[in-house]
Amino acid sequence: MTPLLALSPLILVCATAIVVMLTIAWRRHHDLTATLTVIGLNLALVAQILVWWLAPLDVTPLMRVDGLSIFGGVLILGATLACATLGHAYLEGARGPREEYYLLLLCAAAGGIALVSSRHLASLFFSLELLSMPLYGMLAYTYRERGALEAGVKYMVLSAAASAFLLFGMALLYARTGHLDFAGLGGALASAGGDGWLLAGMGLMIVGLGFKLSIVPFHLWTPDVYEGSPTPAATFLASASKVAVLVVLLRLLQSAPAAQDAWLHSLLAVLAFVTMLGGNLLALMQQDLKRLLGYSSIAHFGYLLVALVINEGLAVETAGIYLVTYVLTTLGAFGVVTLLSSPYGGADASRLHHYRGLFWRRPYLTAVLTVMMLSLAGIPLTAGFIGKFYIVAVGVEASRWWLVGAVVAGSAIGLYYYLRVMVTLFLPEPGMQRRDATTDWAQRAGGVVVLALAALVVLLGVYPAPMIEWVRLMAAT
Amino acid sequence: MILVWLILIPFIGGLLCWQAERFGEQSPRWIALGTMLLELALVLGVWWHGDYGLNAAQGASDWALEWRADWIPRFGIEVHLALDGLSLIMIALTGLLGVLAVVCSWHEISRRIGFFHLNLLWILGGVVGVFLAIDLFLFFFFWEMMLVPMYFLIALWGHSGSTGNTRIQAATKFFIYTQASGLLMLVAILGLVFAHHAATGEYSFSYEALRHTAQNELSPQMAWWLMLGFFIAFAVKMPVVPLHGWLPDAHAQAPTAGSVDLAGILLKTAAYGMLRFALPLFPEASQAFAPIAMGLGVLGIFYGAILACGQHDLKRLVAYSSISHMGFVLIGIYSSTELALQGVVILMVAHAFSASGLFIISGQLYERLHTRDMRLMGGLWGRIKGLPGIALCFVAASMGLPGTANFVGEFLVLFGSFDAWPWVVVVASGGFVLAAIYSLFIMQRVYFGPAKEETPLGGLDGRETVMMLGLLVLVLWVGLYPGPLLDTSQAAMQNVEHIMTLEETPAMPEETP
Repeated sequence: MTPLLALSPLILVCATAIVVMLTIAWRRHHDLTATLTVIGLNLALVAQILVWWLAPLDVTPLMRVDGLSIFGGVLILGATLACATLGHAYLEGARGPREEYYLLLLCAAAGGIALVSSRHLASLFFSLELLSMPLYGMLAYTYRERGALEAGVKYMVLSAAASAFLLFGMALLYARTGHLDFAGLGGALASAGGDGWLLAGMGLMIVGLGFKLSIVPFHLWTPDVYEGSPTPAATFLASASKVAVLVVLLRLLQSAPAAQDAWLHSLLAVLAFVTMLGGNLLALMQQDLKRLLGYSSIAHFGYLLVALVINEGLAVETAGIYLVTYVLTTLGAFGVVTLLSSPYGGADASRLHHYRGLFWRRPYLTAVLTVMMLSLAGIPLTAGFIGKFYIVAVGVEASRWWLVGAVVAGSAIGLYYYLRVMVTLFLPEPGMQRRDATTDWAQRAGGVVVLALAALVVLLGVYPAPMIEWVRLMAAT
Repeated sequence: MILVWLILIPFIGGLLCWQAERFGEQSPRWIALGTMLLELALVLGVWWHGDYGLNAAQGASDWALEWRADWIPRFGIEVHLALDGLSLIMIALTGLLGVLAVVCSWHEISRRIGFFHLNLLWILGGVVGVFLAIDLFLFFFFWEMMLVPMYFLIALWGHSGSTGNTRIQAATKFFIYTQASGLLMLVAILGLVFAHHAATGEYSFSYEALRHTAQNELSPQMAWWLMLGFFIAFAVKMPVVPLHGWLPDAHAQAPTAGSVDLAGILLKTAAYGMLRFALPLFPEASQAFAPIAMGLGVLGIFYGAILACGQHDLKRLVAYSSISHMGFVLIGIYSSTELALQGVVILMVAHAFSASGLFIISGQLYERLHTRDMRLMGGLWGRIKGLPGIALCFVAASMGLPGTANFVGEFLVLFGSFDAWPWVVVVASGGFVLAAIYSLFIMQRVYFGPAKEETPLGGLDGRETVMMLGLLVLVLWVGLYPGPLLDTSQAAMQNVEHIMTLEETPAMPEETP
């Protein structure tokens, strides 16, 4: 019974998916479907928090419920809730079927929750696929838009290629060690030393996971997919999906300390370096807010890689804190784009000129986006600053001056484009036709979510102690 | 608790201004003015009641007022505010210039008044925070925070140059320069914190604890690098010459209130940072660095003055002259004798008055002529009532004529540095000649010479007259009777000198580990 209870969040999400599916089969009703989804996700979120009293617990050889998985689960469920709410606002104007979006969302969330608690390569693979497959559908959900269709297909093809790399890497590891569970793998790696096949296997797995995280040489899909896909789907991709993959990578690197082979280690360090600079440099001249956020998310995962590379001292805590701040900020920024593009009617309002002079029409929405941009840039008074502080701290603690230098340089470059977005919001309005949020956006569920996120970002920026305590508690088990 | 209110009042006032815009155009202005007057009154009250001249200078810091509370216990970060003579003078200056900034933009700003005053007051709040914080994390927090409203002030209410977007470029340049250098300071702070952690096993960002660590636990090489991290951050803001690129643009494009804040207070945060953090934390490394700093200071004096001579834009000229004046400040700081340090304090105050005065005058000319290009001015002496005479006084102050505050400051700096650095002083004095040249250029090109037109322009109204005369009285008062200022900052400055000249670690107070 206890193992089942420990998996209750996953079970609840899957059950919600089935209920939603049956409801759709019985009767198509957008509001009802959305409500059921939100209720199910909320139940799962509560369960995820309550599971804390059972942790740490190994559930079958495939899963482990511990602080890390609970941490990941809470973030994923929270992000999914936000995506469901934003999706509701977005899809209201859509022609054609709207209800399947929630079904796909729930399946992907289930994949994410399973992924963060995997401790076996088999469960890693199937939950990663469970996370990715529904995303193909979500990204191409508004398939009448050329961009969305392109995004979906592009993600599908590249994701499949990445999965192939991942599988090949796993096969090599298995062939050499005979283990598929992380712990056994770690032990075998430690005793085998710097065996070439093992290194190749780990390297290929990093390629596969690096694709999902859009680490620099594998990032090419990110901007196109972000730009073309419907914004709520892009939000999920940028937040929940990336959190899940990063948490599993963290678990992999932690339970297989021999993966910290000198060669692999410097490979990761180089990837982090290139990702930080590359993401920021490529973002400089973007004219589209979603593309820009795509590149900025690349850069942010470069910062996160710094914590993974160092993997000692404050590293796990840093990764946790940074993930929390990143998810909150990303949800907020994409949320504003969603609200401006809602209800759906053609391509999303994501070009920068759509945002010109937004402040004089929608001051509070603009304040939210400004806070998010400041937080992405890591300016004090926002949660992003605490994240940036942790990253610099972990780099200084380990005396990795090159990485610290790249963080500083990356942040300085990053400022340029975040400031560009910010100042666009406040410029005088040109007399051109634009899309706009509905007048009562703040009273709708999506608006409330976005405002709450902004409040949270500011609150955690000013008083981060509770967040730090929570992450430390989760990292301790 | 009064220290917390000093910080909170501008922030709250700013929010009120933003919301008050819906009650009409005038209400944000009056609220902003009221807020700053309240702030100023509070500081003066603190000054009146406290006794800052008698603090014993034993190397340990003696705070006249102190307030602390836990903030982020994980890293031993506290909200730790403290006030001594130096910070008191700086905060009083902030309050005064805050009032001026509000008053001088009374007519200049006509769009989005509420949001303008929100930004203006938040800058001032951030600056007060910088002057009060002695927890290094908190200091960094305010240091970075005050950039954002300043960015908005320049980007949104600035004067667009001829080529379209320059005010946004200027603002972006300002932000990136200061933010990137700020991150270097963060790295240095963290380096210090982890050195402290390695030595004692606990995290702390407290000034006293870190000072202890910096002087006992660091290798000289490490201390040198960390000192450099602090120095670069302060040098960008000050600005010291190779890092000054943002200043002329930012000044030229900023609205008058922005220039007043920038020249009057923001530049002073850098000098304050050096006096409070860079020198006391790393006395030996700073002494080793002093020759370089002196060289940079002299370079700045001449570079700023020569470039000032070649400007056509009145505000750019004043901006370059600021670089020149800050060269003297840098020399004074790194010579670290009590006399020179006292001169630095006076010079900072004096420069804040004279530069603000000149910027306000440029703003007033702009309101009347709609240009700041001096080639289009000329012969204004007869056309504007009142303004030229006042301008003459401020120009005289800027070139350091005896009787003005600038003279006292520059004289003390040079006099105090002469013993240790005679050649630097001799060379730096040459800067006065250039100062006289560019100052007289202003008078000649703007007010004398043939008039372009004969129509008289509007004279000074009551608001402008009171503002300018008030500032003038202060310039002369500090110039003729600098005693009260010197008494107030004496203990703090003796302290810095004490730290710099003492080889051994100063005695620690009991409560710190």
